[in-house]
Amino acid sequence: MAGGLFMTLAKSLIHPILALIFAPLMLGVIGRTKAILAGREGPPLAQPYHDLRKLLGKGAVYSRTTTWIFRAGPMIGLASTIVAVLLVPFGSCPAPLAFPGDLILFAYLLGLARLCTVLAALDTGSAFEGMGASREVLFSALAEPALLLGLAAVARETRSLSLSGMQAAQTLSAWSGAWLPLSLVAVALGVVLLSENSRIPVDDPNTHLELTMIHEVMVLDHGGPDLAFILYGAALKMWALAALLIGTVLPIRVGLPYTWPVDVALSLASMLGIAVGVGVVESTMARLRMSRVPQLLIFATTLSTLALVFEFGGLIR
Amino acid sequence: MSLLSDLARLIAELILIFVVLTDLILLGSSRLTSTIRLSAWQGMALGFLPLMVSRAGFGPTTLRLVTLGAVLFAMKGFLFPRLLLRALRTAEVRHEIRPIVGFQASILAGIAIVAASFWMGGRLPLPRPAPTPLALPMALSTILIGLFAITTRANALNQVVGYLVMENGIFIFGVALAQEEPFIVEMGVLLDVFVAVFVMGIAIFHIGREFDHIEVDQLSSLKD
Repeated sequence: MAGGLFMTLAKSLIHPILALIFAPLMLGVIGRTKAILAGREGPPLAQPYHDLRKLLGKGAVYSRTTTWIFRAGPMIGLASTIVAVLLVPFGSCPAPLAFPGDLILFAYLLGLARLCTVLAALDTGSAFEGMGASREVLFSALAEPALLLGLAAVARETRSLSLSGMQAAQTLSAWSGAWLPLSLVAVALGVVLLSENSRIPVDDPNTHLELTMIHEVMVLDHGGPDLAFILYGAALKMWALAALLIGTVLPIRVGLPYTWPVDVALSLASMLGIAVGVGVVESTMARLRMSRVPQLLIFATTLSTLALVFEFGGLIR
Repeated sequence: MSLLSDLARLIAELILIFVVLTDLILLGSSRLTSTIRLSAWQGMALGFLPLMVSRAGFGPTTLRLVTLGAVLFAMKGFLFPRLLLRALRTAEVRHEIRPIVGFQASILAGIAIVAASFWMGGRLPLPRPAPTPLALPMALSTILIGLFAITTRANALNQVVGYLVMENGIFIFGVALAQEEPFIVEMGVLLDVFVAVFVMGIAIFHIGREFDHIEVDQLSSLKD
């Protein structure tokens, strides 16, 4: 029995460890995909790790107009993102933290991280950062209903209010019975993934033109370890949302009791697939005009709501 | 045979989902060419619906069903869009400027309409089981969204598109739920729609030439 408990514990710790190690690799894969599609060789896959190491070795400079909020922002942001990762199941391993209603905690831990970034940006007193903060808050306020309504539809389908419970109930046979609402939710969560991680078509992570920046403009004043925390937190957030998508919506796994290593490997492969997919989207699409972004997010919300309506309409064969 | 009919039913459901998604996108788009194109795609997709519904095991596949689908495909996919695009060219407008209900609010209203249609669809007694449980709610929501577009759009062309969408909803209703409906009735309805779109296209052309715009809420004000 003790062995079984140990096994469960070890299994549930696999995902946080994998996430902490491999999250920056996703950014590397995206960068490499974009470079290859553009006909360049591109930076090495481990470039984000080198960036982080370089930034951690630097000192930080703080403006005299900033207060403790500016220094606390990156730390709280990274901490809450790590806790959010702890709530997400991976492969067929349950998450270390699971309880009914943890999907709401997940959404608002990401919200807390965002709030800290926004407050730190406002704390600098720079006009540009305030503008970026306002945009970030607007777009995430529009992305939140898409995320929560989509998860509500999955919760209704799986009759479970916890992310790990959803993952356990989400098998291939269950999916084939409810492919319609679940695929709508998958598209909606894909849009949320792009928007929340400030990717094209919502935001361009490479832009440095003040008028169009959203996320990048908020972190302009951070430097050294603070910036490293922010970059690492962004990578973890990407990982968490992608793991949420494949864990609760798309059952890419075998699901037998003794196949969990296979499932973990399949999930890692799916994460790689999502990273490549994001890279392809970024290379083939143009950034949307700022006034069109709310339309895209409302479209995602529409898909989520439609999925919820289908679920409550009892149309699932 | 069973696999084939399952596939046909799946395609029918995909067509219905496509129709309701295009309804919602249509409510949110301001560019007139794109609303006309969306209605054209909707019509083309619906052209396949009678065949798919009958292959799914609901009634025999007769020549009249195939003809009906083909006529619908040709008229709604090519003839109507061409008439409307020509009217658009002469009216020289590109966008719906000031709808009575805003675009985002329209999408939300559209979702509410879909939800209400599901609620209603579950309560209406049917003479016989529908080919898919989606058919009735999708038909009702397409009819109501078309009606919503007619009432809340200020631009005459968008009102015509709303009328076409509403007619699409009636078509889904007829194909999915009343296959005994005589061929002559369906063809008569299509002829009516054709005449209506034709007349409205000419009317819009003349309105656009007289008033320099086709915003219907401004037509009552006098012109000097």
